[in-house]
Amino acid sequence: MLTEENLKKAEEIKKRYPEAKAALLPILWIAQEQEGYISEDMMKYLGTMLNLPFAHILGVVSFYTMYHDKPLGHYHLEVCTNVSCMLRGSDKILQTIEHVCGVKPGQTSADGKWTVNEVECMGACGGAPMIAIGEEYYENLSPEKTEELLKKLS
Amino acid sequence: MERYILPDIPNFHEIDVYEQHGGYSALKKALGMNPAEVTDEVKKSNLRGRGGACFPTGLKWTFMPKDNAKPKYLCVNGDESEPGTFKDRQIFEFNPHQLIEGTLIGCYAMGITTAYIYIRGEYGKWIKMLQKAIDDAYAKGYIGQNILGSNFSTNIYLHKGAGAYICGEESSLMESLEGNRGYPRVKPPFPAQRGVWNCPTTINNVETMTNVPLIINKGWEWYSKIGAPKHPGPILVGISGHVNKPGVYEVATGELLTDLIYNYAGGVPGNKKIKAIIPGGSSTMILRGDQIEGVRMDADSLKAAGSSVGTAGMIVMDEETDLIRVISRISKFYYHESCGQCTPCREGTGWLWKILKRFETGEGRMQDIDLLVDIANNIEGNTICALGDAAAWPVQSMVRRFRDEFEKRAKRSEAAAA
Ligand SMILES: Cc1cc2nc3c(=O)[nH]c(=O)nc-3n(C[C@H](O)[C@H](O)[C@H](O)COP(=O)(O)O)c2cc1C
Ligand code: SF4
Ligand code: FES
Repeated sequence: MLTEENLKKAEEIKKRYPEAKAALLPILWIAQEQEGYISEDMMKYLGTMLNLPFAHILGVVSFYTMYHDKPLGHYHLEVCTNVSCMLRGSDKILQTIEHVCGVKPGQTSADGKWTVNEVECMGACGGAPMIAIGEEYYENLSPEKTEELLKKLS
Repeated sequence: MERYILPDIPNFHEIDVYEQHGGYSALKKALGMNPAEVTDEVKKSNLRGRGGACFPTGLKWTFMPKDNAKPKYLCVNGDESEPGTFKDRQIFEFNPHQLIEGTLIGCYAMGITTAYIYIRGEYGKWIKMLQKAIDDAYAKGYIGQNILGSNFSTNIYLHKGAGAYICGEESSLMESLEGNRGYPRVKPPFPAQRGVWNCPTTINNVETMTNVPLIINKGWEWYSKIGAPKHPGPILVGISGHVNKPGVYEVATGELLTDLIYNYAGGVPGNKKIKAIIPGGSSTMILRGDQIEGVRMDADSLKAAGSSVGTAGMIVMDEETDLIRVISRISKFYYHESCGQCTPCREGTGWLWKILKRFETGEGRMQDIDLLVDIANNIEGNTICALGDAAAWPVQSMVRRFRDEFEKRAKRSEAAAA
């Protein structure tokens, strides 16, 4: 289920650790990058590959918030609402996003375009309020800037 | 002050530029010393960990067994998930080679041949930047086999986290590295005895390791004279919240909090008064605005003031801040991040948040105030890892220092009910 190329990467990654199990997190990242999420079939497949019980993999996938067992929207918006962002108006950023995207935190829009999540501190408190879209951070936001950013993606 | 962790040199993140400014000369120097001398140098410098607990770094290194059949490991902690903290990210972006050099020197001093730098998954972009720097350092022979022609060989690998604050706790980090859920381990055994894969392990913060080349290059005496004598060195202070110029500022330890807020961070917007500050990340005890005069950013001074340095991620709150909402949000965070292994933490953090939520929505009662303290006291010290304490301290200090705010709310809701 991993592509030929990703299988090679996985083999390389295993060499970094004294035990194959340690390669689980990095290989889950590869799987998620390939498929967009980690399906039950993928978990079973990786279980066979790393010689780990399915329950272990499921346990790991469900423990870490960044692994997803369902597909996300095309854009994954993560809105930080922790203290530093809250003090600088993350409420309004979240409202703007809900309004423009038409979804509440934890939901994916019907057209599959947006997934919005409220997240904990992203390590960008100096640029609060902030959101992340995929790996990209957008800092020092205002409702206007947020709206502009979302319109650009529309 | 001259900057040593985030120097003001364009493109310092590039290996050529780093070398032009003396980069990797500390590694060369260390390789000419014996490993015990290197550790001793770090010990005498009084460098203390920048990951939250201010533990003496050199001393920690001496805990590692010298003659050992098993391999030994170094884990560099870049999980950086404590709310209010955003400094290690600056190192990944602007000074990755000094981090790599410090990591290599640490490996040499402790006889380690594999180091893992654990970075939170959200920092995908910065992981790529650091990986590039690591690749460049491999290409130039600074990492890998027979480094700079010596007998010393070491590999450095990045390990990407996947969204769990608890994985910054050292034993949870090791579990995560092993491919498990990040459940902290009971201590003892301590990592230097039995760490990752049951082998002796040292865990140090990213900024801590970035300090090491300075000590080797310029000597412990030079280093120990920067800033506060008992907690010396340059320190990255992140300032966020109600300030005009939020950001990361490199200063010498012992800088006045008021200087940090008013000079570095440009003061409070609208010249409002400061109601409160959290000095070092959300788990450190909150201080009243009228308590910070004369207090300095170092372990002793903040301890005397009734708080701690933590990660030096300072959150400033002006006079209009709704502190009940702040503490409620902090408690929600710890409830969300509790791994659930220990009952006092799993249940207690949930109760704290539930009660604080009541205060937020105008349903807090007078007796709830002591109940909050009671629950927090029952978490503190009764759990496997320090996340329990980290959840308790903000609540305890908030009630102690802002009891009036809670009473006001309780009175209001009781009046509304009557
Ligand atoms: C809940 C919790 C989270 C932590 N998160 C981090 C972190 O993100 N980064 C870090 O360096 N230390 C973190 N620590 C502290 C580590 O356990 C450890 O003390 C530190 O990495 C040691 O490095 P130092 O001695 O160089 O400071 C955390 C501790 C706890 C209890
Ligand atoms: S204190 Fe909390 S986070 Fe730490 S091990 Fe116990 S339940 Fe988990
Ligand atoms: S609180 Fe939002 S990035 Fe830290």
